[in-house]
Amino acid sequence: MSKGSIFHRLEPLLYQVQKPIQYVGGELGAVTKDWDSTTVRWCLMYPDAYEVGLPNQGIQILYEILNEQPDVLAERTYAVWPDLEALMRQHGVPQFTVDAHRPVGDFDILGVSFATEMGYTNLLTALDLAGIPLDAIERDETHPIVIAGGHAAFNPEPIADFIDAAVLGDGEEAVLEITDIVREWKAEGRPGGREELLLRLARTEAIYVPRFYRVDYLPDGRIQRVVPTRPDVPFRVHKRTTMDLDSWPYPKKPLVPLAETVHERYAVEIFRGCTRGCRFCQAGMITRPVRERSITTIGEMVDNGLRESGFSEVGLLSLSSADHSEIADICSGLADRYDGENVSLSLPSTRVDAFNVTLAEELSRNGRRSGLTFAPEGGSERIRRVINKMVTEEDLIRTVVTAYTRGWRQVKLYFMCGLPTETDEDVVQIARLAHEVIKAGRAATGSKDIRCTVSIGGFVPKPHTPFQWAAQTDPQTIDRRLKLLKQAINADRSLGRAIGFRYHDGEPSLIEGLLSRGDRRVGRVIRRVWAEGGRFDGWSEHFSFQRWVDACEAELTPLGVSLEWYTMRERDQHEVLPWDHLDSGLDREWLWEDWQNALAEVEQDDCRWTPCFDCGVCPSMGTEIQVGPTGAKLLPLISVRSGA
Amino acid sequence: MTPRPDREPAAPVVQRIRIRYAKRGRLRFLSHRDFARALERAVRRAQIPIAYSSGFSPHPRISYVGAAPTGVASEAEYAELALQARMEPEELRTALDHVLPPGLDVIEAVEAQTASLADRIQVSHWRVELSGVEPERLRQAVDAFLAASEVPVERLTKQGRRSLDARAPVVRATVVGKSDIMSDMTGAAASDVAPSGESDTTCAILELVVRHVTPSVRPDEVLAGLRVVADLEPPVPPRVARIAQGALTEQGAIIDPLQADRDGALTGTPSA
Repeated sequence: MSKGSIFHRLEPLLYQVQKPIQYVGGELGAVTKDWDSTTVRWCLMYPDAYEVGLPNQGIQILYEILNEQPDVLAERTYAVWPDLEALMRQHGVPQFTVDAHRPVGDFDILGVSFATEMGYTNLLTALDLAGIPLDAIERDETHPIVIAGGHAAFNPEPIADFIDAAVLGDGEEAVLEITDIVREWKAEGRPGGREELLLRLARTEAIYVPRFYRVDYLPDGRIQRVVPTRPDVPFRVHKRTTMDLDSWPYPKKPLVPLAETVHERYAVEIFRGCTRGCRFCQAGMITRPVRERSITTIGEMVDNGLRESGFSEVGLLSLSSADHSEIADICSGLADRYDGENVSLSLPSTRVDAFNVTLAEELSRNGRRSGLTFAPEGGSERIRRVINKMVTEEDLIRTVVTAYTRGWRQVKLYFMCGLPTETDEDVVQIARLAHEVIKAGRAATGSKDIRCTVSIGGFVPKPHTPFQWAAQTDPQTIDRRLKLLKQAINADRSLGRAIGFRYHDGEPSLIEGLLSRGDRRVGRVIRRVWAEGGRFDGWSEHFSFQRWVDACEAELTPLGVSLEWYTMRERDQHEVLPWDHLDSGLDREWLWEDWQNALAEVEQDDCRWTPCFDCGVCPSMGTEIQVGPTGAKLLPLISVRSGA
Repeated sequence: MTPRPDREPAAPVVQRIRIRYAKRGRLRFLSHRDFARALERAVRRAQIPIAYSSGFSPHPRISYVGAAPTGVASEAEYAELALQARMEPEELRTALDHVLPPGLDVIEAVEAQTASLADRIQVSHWRVELSGVEPERLRQAVDAFLAASEVPVERLTKQGRRSLDARAPVVRATVVGKSDIMSDMTGAAASDVAPSGESDTTCAILELVVRHVTPSVRPDEVLAGLRVVADLEPPVPPRVARIAQGALTEQGAIIDPLQADRDGALTGTPSA
């Protein structure tokens, strides 16, 4: 065991907790380096349980890129479950990395990737267990710099008190730049202390350091302005975009866990960004423009990834995988290549299109047949125009019937509830659609043995989307509409029997809404919820709505604002939004126009196939769409693989 | 509805190889399911010509014999791999060992020459390290345990609490000095069974030979028995390792369960 390991203190506790293997590390692909022979040391955290965090692509990519640098060390830490947390507190064991079991507080940088806002309380647990003061301004040179990344970092204001910095956008190059700045500052003998280091980061104009910005409020609670407190930091901080994904073919050495995790597969991102323009989709807005990975690189990554990992499943990831310009060749090429090898291939995030059934069929040609999910998102044609999800009822029925006739017995349909302008009727339409799907399926197959599952998620308005101004629907209305929908589905018993119905109640969505569009004042709420035991808020068995409501009441009422004010209030065009000083590249005027188009039920095309509609990203970020086709094909592998 | 195309039948099994493997160090916390997943992936990485079950969800044909509990290290776990192409056992051992993570080690591989491996595994030899317990104190507790005709202990199962006798399956229980252990163990195994803390820490070591019975009695149940008969309450969780498994001779020795396959290989008995 290397220097600084606390494993001997942790081990006796592991006999007393659930699934101890998640805390011991030792994964294939894990790296442990000598502490003293490195100069910049990163601890990367995914603020959820190991089983969710380990497969996270962002962390795996950054972990590998950083560890490829000879003088850089990167280790990982995940949220510990309450059973271990209690024992760690009792025995004084600090938050540790799973790689070499070093105390998190010993690292130079703690980088935390927030895919969702529901991990904020887990950040506080980790900081506290690590002995790092929760308030960034109370930290000194002995503490790590705490940097937030991931999609939630596009509005880090609710956690502004707890982080030292936030990075917007792609991390591949950002982590190396931060490393350079820290390395140089340390080599110079840490001039100016922590403040100077943060200043150097802020001056890049691509790293947001909340302490250098002051928020002024209007008497009615709205924000008056957000201004730099020093002349040498930028007014706006810009997101980063990594161009040419072929130069960044990570993960090359995927982490293969010993514990069971939520995704047991080799995942390759086939493109980044999406220009379909679904108005509810923050990921699609903040990751523009579209950058495809070439068919050749994808083929090499899959081949290498399977050899390195021994996984038997490959996921082709992106925000809308069937939109890759050479997706048909990718799917048939991979299916040919792994013919008879018990490798299953999956294509999540597909659009409603019969072409997708063909692709799915191709991928399952010689392996396990994965489920098919289609996401019309809205129940009526009207609401689908509002959200810019251009799917007609005919498209949907044709697609699902194709799936049934090609042997799928079950499909999943995903919708949202609580969308802007939504009426009861829009939601009840989901039932009619599901009935039509079953009727058409039965007619086409002549069989009653077909099913569909209707799965509903609550809509949460997100920053940097056209819906950032929208009012979130209250949980009572959501719950009432879901009840109506359930009744409507079962109104016809013969059809209703073939339809499964899954939904979440509206309460967690409201808290997600608070954390998504909150400002710095919401930090007090997070702190109180955490202090009162809030942990793992993304898990229904740990989430307590009442705890959040009570904390909002206690912390926000004295400030003249409230949970409802943050979530259910529609903003007007000129209100200063908490994230306006954070530049995702999207032109605010264009977002407003798109919001007005949504209200007028006017659709917006995809700029991949139509002329630019001036969302603003490419010119302001100096980027461009990178799409094929390249014309290349996947060649069969010359392989000595198992004698199948 | 268009029927799905028939799959080709799975390739036939031409050879079975039995392996003995160890679970060491931090990987003692691996559960059996975790190990099975790790082994399946290692088999793919090492390109072992494993046979698959037939059907729409083919699984690699690997069978396991009674795995050590989560949290318990082992020097003697066994599994059998069915192959669709022949391979030298030693070549398979090296290839698998090379791709398994440190802490999972394939110690031996022999071609199956005999019927069921499970039939030749009747007892386990466990070594239990009790930090913070005086050897003399442990000796007294063990004496009291062995003197009893029956030691009922309770175990929490999925069906609720059930009572079982921890005494009957215990063939042997002896308390040994730390130095005896250090001298007869080597390598990674020694670090699993030797005390991890400073050398002056009080530590007693219990050697157990326990018959495999249903419901199973393992070191946890024996330790519960020591609590029942002598109020022995270790201050920290004991560290347990399985040292050997096999059949028991009348003299009390444990016969290596792969011995028969090894003997068969020497005499050239054709494989099943």
